[in-house]
Amino acid sequence: MEILWSDFFQRALAGGLLIGITAPLIGLFLVLRRLSMIGDTLSHVTIAGVALGFLIEVYPIGVGLIFAVLASFAIEKLRKAYKSYAELSIAIIMSGGVALASLFFTLGKGYNADVMSYLFGSIYTLDVADLKLVGIVTLIVVIVVGFLHKEFFLLSFEEDAAAVTGLPVKMLNMLITVMTALVISTAIKIVGALLVSALLTIPVAVSLLMARSFKSAIILSVVIGEIAVVIGLVTAGIWNLAPGATIVLLLIGMLILTMIAKKGFRA
Amino acid sequence: MQQIMPLCHDPIIQIENLSFSYGDQRVIQDLNFMVQQRDFVGIIGSNGAGKTTLLRMLVGLLPPAQGDIKLFGESIRKFKDWNRIGYVPQKNAFNPLFPATVREVVMSGLYNNKNMFRRISRQGQQQCIDAMKVMRIEDIANKRIGQLSGGQQQRVFLARALINHPDLLILDEPTVGIDAESQASFFELITHMHEHHRMTFLMVSHDMDRMESYLGAEAALTNGKIHFHVRHSHEIEDCAETNLQHTTAQVR
Repeated sequence: MEILWSDFFQRALAGGLLIGITAPLIGLFLVLRRLSMIGDTLSHVTIAGVALGFLIEVYPIGVGLIFAVLASFAIEKLRKAYKSYAELSIAIIMSGGVALASLFFTLGKGYNADVMSYLFGSIYTLDVADLKLVGIVTLIVVIVVGFLHKEFFLLSFEEDAAAVTGLPVKMLNMLITVMTALVISTAIKIVGALLVSALLTIPVAVSLLMARSFKSAIILSVVIGEIAVVIGLVTAGIWNLAPGATIVLLLIGMLILTMIAKKGFRA
Repeated sequence: MQQIMPLCHDPIIQIENLSFSYGDQRVIQDLNFMVQQRDFVGIIGSNGAGKTTLLRMLVGLLPPAQGDIKLFGESIRKFKDWNRIGYVPQKNAFNPLFPATVREVVMSGLYNNKNMFRRISRQGQQQCIDAMKVMRIEDIANKRIGQLSGGQQQRVFLARALINHPDLLILDEPTVGIDAESQASFFELITHMHEHHRMTFLMVSHDMDRMESYLGAEAALTNGKIHFHVRHSHEIEDCAETNLQHTTAQVR
């Protein structure tokens, strides 16, 4: 139990709570715009950046963040070039990311423990610099969504209608993608690149089963994300389980329970 | 901000030498057409005739390749007053499982380039309530849009389009995919609004019979496979502004 009061656990909890806000918040707009896979894509590209960071000995999450932002621009460009095949851009960038990552790994010392910690997450190694970065990203995302949630609503509901009302659709699209890149690159140390998209999409999947309005979908997504982070981290801490995996499995459990409850109510 | 209301026969849309092609395929060829204040223009044409392309250009979703479109006298390339235009999309333009209430959808009619970064004012909230009242959907304000019938959904979109009291209402095949009875009452509603309000209508439709019975069978202009049927404003007795509340009586 004393693990719960240790500094590293407190830092993990703080980081987890912050990501528990931003990931579902951005995830909601991605899911509603049928772009759920973008999370996975950007996380794979981020890993390439992290690997390069280790290779050139520069702050890995920082390099990962730059890679993710560049990839988000590339996705938007490809999305435009292949308008009717939006998912094609995602597949291309994802495999590009994995290819680059393995290239950088082999150029370095191969797969080592550090890199593995980014693949599967290593929330207990979160240091003060990481926490600051997560804090800044959370602040940016919350402020931007706070000011532009109406516009993002219309963009997700009906992109054409948003364009007809004179909203800068391109800029808004880009903003969501860049914020996604920011959230993912800061979240991978917490849940791991392989699991980060779960944190973006599963709270949203649960909330969509319950929400009647857009406002309630936003609130429910964040609440569900936070519940999973807190219970997941505490459980993992007490029983010495992998924290990222525990959070994700908890989310899947919540999804299954909600689906059963909803069916039960209907029957 | 006070807007200058267009005069009775002011040009609302001017299409000048407009052409558009997708690759080698020319969809719109040298089109010239003018829509005046209070006209009702029906655009009829078979699939692939270029109706959708024309409509997308009119609402600024596609830039005109050649020629120009003027809205309220201003070139569409510079036009910014999008809140003067109400737009009713096709029924299938949105995801029916989207978590949005009727109120949220109607309110989104106020989300435009002028209201960016701002909270919706008390006046805006009132406009939303008024628009829902006119369309008789205030009772279902908190229902999810996807739970409604096709006819109800179209009334929600019409309320959203009317929330800004637009001068021009553009409707893109609004009755496709809704049952026959709702189609009839929707069309009645639109024509009633045309006869009693100071608004200009541009409607793309497949429903030849209804369009021709209101607008006349003879096309005012035929451009390729697109036919424009017009009921001019001078066919309506007066140009005076009327109260939108009259419409409520027409909504079933």
